[in-house]
Amino acid sequence: MTTQVLIAGFGGQGVLFAGKCLAYEGLYENKQVSWLPSYGPEMRGGTANCSVILSDEPVGSPIVNNPDVLIVMNLPSLDKYENATVKGGKIFVDSTLIARKVERADVDAFYIPATKIAQELGIPTLANMVIVGKMIKETGIVTFENACEAMKKVVSARHQDLLDANIKALNAGYNYAE
Amino acid sequence: MSEKVLMKGNEAIAEAAIKAGCRFYFGYPITPQTEIAAYMAKRMPKIGGTFLQAESEVSAINMVYGVAGAGYRVMTSSSSPGVSLKQEGISYIAGADLPALIINVQRGGPGLGGIQPSQSDYFQAVKGGGHGDYHLIVYAPASVQEMADYTIKAFDVADKYRMPVMLLADGTMGQMMEPVELPEVSANEIEKPWAVRGTNCARPHNIINSLYLKPEQLEKTNFDRFEKYKEIEKNECLYEEYMTEDADIVLVAFGIAARISKNAVVEARKQGLKVGLIRPITLWPFPSEVLNKTADRVKGFISVELSMGQMIEDVKLATECKKPVRLCNRTGGMIVSPEEVVESVKKLLSEVE
Amino acid sequence: MVVFKKPKSLTDVPLHYCPGCTHGIIHRLVAEAIDELGIEGKTVGVAPVGCSVMAYDYFTCDMVEAAHGRAPAVATGLKRCMPDNVIFTYQGDGDLASIGMAETVHAATRNENITIIFVNNAIYGMTGGQMAPTSLPGQVTQTSPYGRDVNTVGLPIRVSEMLSALDAPYYIERVAVNNVKNVKNAKKAILKAFKNQVEKKGFSLIEVVSTCPTNWGLTPEKALQWVDEKMIPYYPLGVYKDRGAEAKEEK
Repeated sequence: MTTQVLIAGFGGQGVLFAGKCLAYEGLYENKQVSWLPSYGPEMRGGTANCSVILSDEPVGSPIVNNPDVLIVMNLPSLDKYENATVKGGKIFVDSTLIARKVERADVDAFYIPATKIAQELGIPTLANMVIVGKMIKETGIVTFENACEAMKKVVSARHQDLLDANIKALNAGYNYAE
Repeated sequence: MSEKVLMKGNEAIAEAAIKAGCRFYFGYPITPQTEIAAYMAKRMPKIGGTFLQAESEVSAINMVYGVAGAGYRVMTSSSSPGVSLKQEGISYIAGADLPALIINVQRGGPGLGGIQPSQSDYFQAVKGGGHGDYHLIVYAPASVQEMADYTIKAFDVADKYRMPVMLLADGTMGQMMEPVELPEVSANEIEKPWAVRGTNCARPHNIINSLYLKPEQLEKTNFDRFEKYKEIEKNECLYEEYMTEDADIVLVAFGIAARISKNAVVEARKQGLKVGLIRPITLWPFPSEVLNKTADRVKGFISVELSMGQMIEDVKLATECKKPVRLCNRTGGMIVSPEEVVESVKKLLSEVE
Repeated sequence: MVVFKKPKSLTDVPLHYCPGCTHGIIHRLVAEAIDELGIEGKTVGVAPVGCSVMAYDYFTCDMVEAAHGRAPAVATGLKRCMPDNVIFTYQGDGDLASIGMAETVHAATRNENITIIFVNNAIYGMTGGQMAPTSLPGQVTQTSPYGRDVNTVGLPIRVSEMLSALDAPYYIERVAVNNVKNVKNAKKAILKAFKNQVEKKGFSLIEVVSTCPTNWGLTPEKALQWVDEKMIPYYPLGVYKDRGAEAKEEK
């Protein structure tokens, strides 16, 4: 079983970090993982994305052209990657920032106002983790418990407050009901 | 073995170099390899090593030449345009028979090119690069684990044969994160009686030099060096074969292109096409023998490259054009997809069947 | 009784320099400094590309031959891995002030603890007498056959003055070797430059105004006079930077 995930949004929304967390979560479950960021000037405010692959077998190409799971945090990313998503794939949309719906009928679309939820929780920079929480719930790609454990690897010990905030965000997304 | 950690390819190179006993790093910032310099800047002062941001790539490689002459493990890293600047120094290092490690995390070219991944420095890496008769041993890692493993091996091989070694990666390999286990390495360093560390007034002076004004001497030096290269071709050639036993078409690819080609092999086999992959791990020495043998039993080869087709020349030479060799490529920072590779397989099959 | 002998730090290899060239004197002064400080066993020299390319054959210490202009970078590498050894470079004007200017300036501004012997004879000697960055205005060379035209190729670079504008370098002095008095001063300066390094003071550069009778088209004797008449007025001798003395004054 191999799951190819593409996370895309504006630079600064933490899409690379969200992907990194997901990769760590896969690693925590002893899966084969890869994480590949877009790099270059777009990291400084343009559109950023990262490819994350979790698999039971060695990962071939780390580049996700056709995601099984797509997370989008801005409209250009939805426009760009909606049609690339595999048939039967899952698309997660931050509905605070993207007004339109997914047009394809052969994928499962999930809408979560991640940015709004994060703002209400007082952690406005963690919309990325809110949407990852929702994705974990709907895909079962990793367990919620393991996701929380893996976060400890990503967030260093001296930033304990950040760890709590990240888990809070994950939890909010995981338990969000549309 | 230690615990698996997620690391960027660039960071894995840096940490592996430190594990291999490298305490001297000289570099100059350039995308997409700057993480190596940043990692070294952070780590070296803590372990009594030296990180120095040089005024140019030219200076950096000459600082490497100095440390290599003194017989200490030393490295530099850059990306394509910067590696072009280093070629003068690399030629001197080769000419003076010094061990050193040069990392090239390639980006698109020519000129300033782009910053996205590329494999278009193949010729530069394997055909010499700088002026004169010489080779580098060139490793082409295809995973973050291999970035670490071949960095360590590169230092050992450089010392063993007294020559510069290059790790030829690309932007993808440098930027991607994968789990990696960094082995605890025991110091493999060998005696270097030729090094310049001061005579202590106890021996005649050592000279690190590549100047031979008498052509007879220079010719002999080059002949001797190429005898050494023959040994290396015998001992150090590395490659991986993937599903080649019954293959009709064999893909030849290294680095990131090999990762993509593996996906293509799996996809092609799902469609009932017998496809395999030969992945050179050393680009020099090139795995000519296995390619030549394979040519006797397959219908054709496809060289999958992120360039306008450079390695394909070596594939043709290795297979003595016994079977058709085609190119499947993207360049300039674009990355070939598994689907494109499968299409090229179908096209070649339609030609040969 | 021996009253005059070859310094221990010079080999027996006959020098290849042209008759009347003052490279031989400068080599000797470097060797004497190494002898007097007793550092032969821990010294590593870096030879340039230019007339003194084969300096590696003439000094008994370990030697490295650098690419053109890169000697300060090579010396930086050597010094960084062997901070207790003594590292010197021996470079000409084309090597140091033209192709190697970046390496020179940055080694100086790092106050790299090395010693640079910079031989300025206002011409490229090894390649047969082409214009150097230090060739004088109007000076006839193979590549300035009508005389150095300052309107098209600019004015000569005064290296000691230029480097002294940097805050970091420890010691910079210009000397000459065209008469006994100047040779004596040059000896003192070179000795000091090596001593500074042993005492871990930092970057020392001694610019030695030298001759090239062959390519200047002068007899050795006339060449020495030409140093007084033409070179020294453009390249005044003296100490340009001495952070040790500055520190003393401040006290």
